Amino acid sequence: MACNCSEGAELIQEEAMQKLFDQYRDYKGGLIPVLQEAQNIYGYLPKEAMQQIAKELRMPFSKVYGVATFYAQFHMKPRGRNIIRVCLGTACHVRGGAKIFEAVKDHLGVGDGETTEDLRFTLETVACIGACGLSPCMMVNEDTHGRLVSNEVGEKLDIYE
Amino acid sequence: MTNIDELRAECKEQYEKKLNRPRIVVGLGTCGIASGGRKVMEAIKKEVAERSLDVDIDFTSCIGMCFMEPIVEVSLPGKASVIYGDIFPNKVAQLIESHIVNETPIYEWAAMQIPDGDTPYEGIVTMDEAPYYKKQVRSVTSRLGRTNPESIEEYIATGGYEGIQKGLQIGREAIIEEIKKSGLRGRGGGGFPTGMKWQFVYNAVGDKKYAVCNADEGDPGAFMDRSVLEGDPHAVLEGMMIAGYAIGADEGYIYCRAEYPLAIRRLNLAIAEAEKYGLMGENILGSGFNFRIKIKAGAGAFVCGEETALLNSIEGQRGMPRVRPPFPANKGLWQKPTVLNNVETYANVPFIIRKGSDWYATMGTEKSKGSKVFCLTGKINKTGLVEVPMGITLREVIFDIAGGIQDGKKFKAVQSGGPSGGCISDENLDLPVDYDSLAAIGSIMGSGGLVVMDETTCMVDVSKFFLNFTQAESCGKCTPCREGTKRMLELLQKICGGQGELEDIDALERLAKVIKNSALCGLGQTCPNPILTTLRYFRNEYEAHIVDKRCPAKVCTALLVYVIDEEKCTGCGACVRACPSGAITGEKKQPHKIDIETCIKCGACAARCKFDAIVKA
Repeated sequence: MACNCSEGAELIQEEAMQKLFDQYRDYKGGLIPVLQEAQNIYGYLPKEAMQQIAKELRMPFSKVYGVATFYAQFHMKPRGRNIIRVCLGTACHVRGGAKIFEAVKDHLGVGDGETTEDLRFTLETVACIGACGLSPCMMVNEDTHGRLVSNEVGEKLDIYE
Repeated sequence: MTNIDELRAECKEQYEKKLNRPRIVVGLGTCGIASGGRKVMEAIKKEVAERSLDVDIDFTSCIGMCFMEPIVEVSLPGKASVIYGDIFPNKVAQLIESHIVNETPIYEWAAMQIPDGDTPYEGIVTMDEAPYYKKQVRSVTSRLGRTNPESIEEYIATGGYEGIQKGLQIGREAIIEEIKKSGLRGRGGGGFPTGMKWQFVYNAVGDKKYAVCNADEGDPGAFMDRSVLEGDPHAVLEGMMIAGYAIGADEGYIYCRAEYPLAIRRLNLAIAEAEKYGLMGENILGSGFNFRIKIKAGAGAFVCGEETALLNSIEGQRGMPRVRPPFPANKGLWQKPTVLNNVETYANVPFIIRKGSDWYATMGTEKSKGSKVFCLTGKINKTGLVEVPMGITLREVIFDIAGGIQDGKKFKAVQSGGPSGGCISDENLDLPVDYDSLAAIGSIMGSGGLVVMDETTCMVDVSKFFLNFTQAESCGKCTPCREGTKRMLELLQKICGGQGELEDIDALERLAKVIKNSALCGLGQTCPNPILTTLRYFRNEYEAHIVDKRCPAKVCTALLVYVIDEEKCTGCGACVRACPSGAITGEKKQPHKIDIETCIKCGACAARCKFDAIVKA
């Protein structure tokens, strides 16, 4: 018998989307929260999901696409299970944030905005995560890591599966 | 409906009880957590359980000394609280053994003590006398690092929701009058008088009004708003409620960066708690005033810190600024009259209403009243959060409070106001810090980030850094900003790349002026500031890049070469193995040489050399 677990996952995603629409259908200014939630459900924003959002929220697809492409938070391609955001803000810049970024890049073998082949990590840069007192720093998912040293970056990442 | 006076009496009693118990408190703001605060918390819980000690374990937010996180406070009944810095899990057992079990603080680990009416220890500096705090005032930040930010009871016990209670009694006009008299100006950067802003919205005609809080703190180098949201979320809510009541709004929005998950979590919790006690929602304190607050998480666009772009973003649009007029006071969120203030401004409001405008106006200068929270970062010894009276000099902040420059290096500049601000050189360090004096030297107060730079920072590179940022974050709506930032960035890249010509400086200045005068919103109008101020105070660095083809701070790679100091080189060969391009040659135990043509200037050899023999020239 063929495995149908991916179908199961799709069904769960579909259900979650329906719930989301019920919650936001009459909500003023709901497009951005809906996109944020949809991205949580799928891990990114597939074209089909954006088309469905346009239909359910009764707005042109061009508007959904326009908003999704305006904000840095939204992604049209599949992303890694763990999102690394290396800070290159002013405080990190003067304290060697670029070297940390290089170290992470070398460790993972991917560049800015790219995802490792095993979908374990996506590497991004950010212009400040507000932990300047601990610069240079980076965020992995919702964890902030501060006072980084280039050669210790690898072990900080190893704990994320 | 809750009887607020009874509730307050009860909260105060509980809080007093808590303060009179042996307790250990861990700082769990973002910075504390990032430094390992949660692990310290675990270690403390384990140690206390193993020894079956009768000790309360609690957490608080950031007290401001980011440079010595994780911070742990230990307090015994009747004795001063001692604040310890750099407490890692391996120090926990000894700390508990000494301070809790033997009732003797560990003097060499203690950063300071807070007596608060209890007996101080001899030999530990008090907070009022500690160099980091001596010149500070603690008003907006008074609860930070002192109370549990997730407890509404502690907020109420420390004077919380007295502001709205008093506000509801004195009435709408009187609130606005108080705010006007206090001299409070917008803490988000612009410095517009808050009372006047509220008056406009009060006067505006509309069936519905909104109070909006700008918590989209995007300036690189600034984290005041995050600290306040994480450390005293109720103060922001209360400030918004007072504003809402004064202008006639029944709904508020907080637009918070998605990069601040802890702040969003604590805000949501605070709202739920306030609703539970009837301090938010319908008929607040029996006054007939209704108010609700919603949180909107930003989606990662710097321009949304601009007020009209922020409103568009809340509405679910692309976050692009609107043409003004009409101003948000008349046509704001969903075209309704809207008051928009930043986090720190709102957090000031409950204090002003509770303690009176006269108290507030005693702090500060003639035209800039009160205190300002700054974030000290960059190449200084003590990075962190400080609250100082307006009018203090930058020299006092950087040298007296923050302990001067790291590694004994020389101060070069301090950058205020993020990408909209400017670089201030040492000649202006003795200027009193307020809105007007900073504007006079070409910078801005901004939201309060101060990034300190030393002699190893290249000012042309810093300009390029900011332009890179503003160019990437320009929303693209107006031509001066969209095209102008790109052209300015190209010129700076050319100069840093060693291809600059003297005419480029003139072109930069001309472009900067045009953009300043013609861009649509604050982002565009202020983005030339980093260039204009560095040109004003560090023109010689630009000229060195262009005329001498030299980067004085040795930062711009195109303009430097790596050479080996023959005196220091031992010929160990470590650099040869580190070099990815095979540019280093030499006999064993003889001084090596770098071939400039092959060298790719990656710096790998200098990082590897144990004898500091490889230098930039």
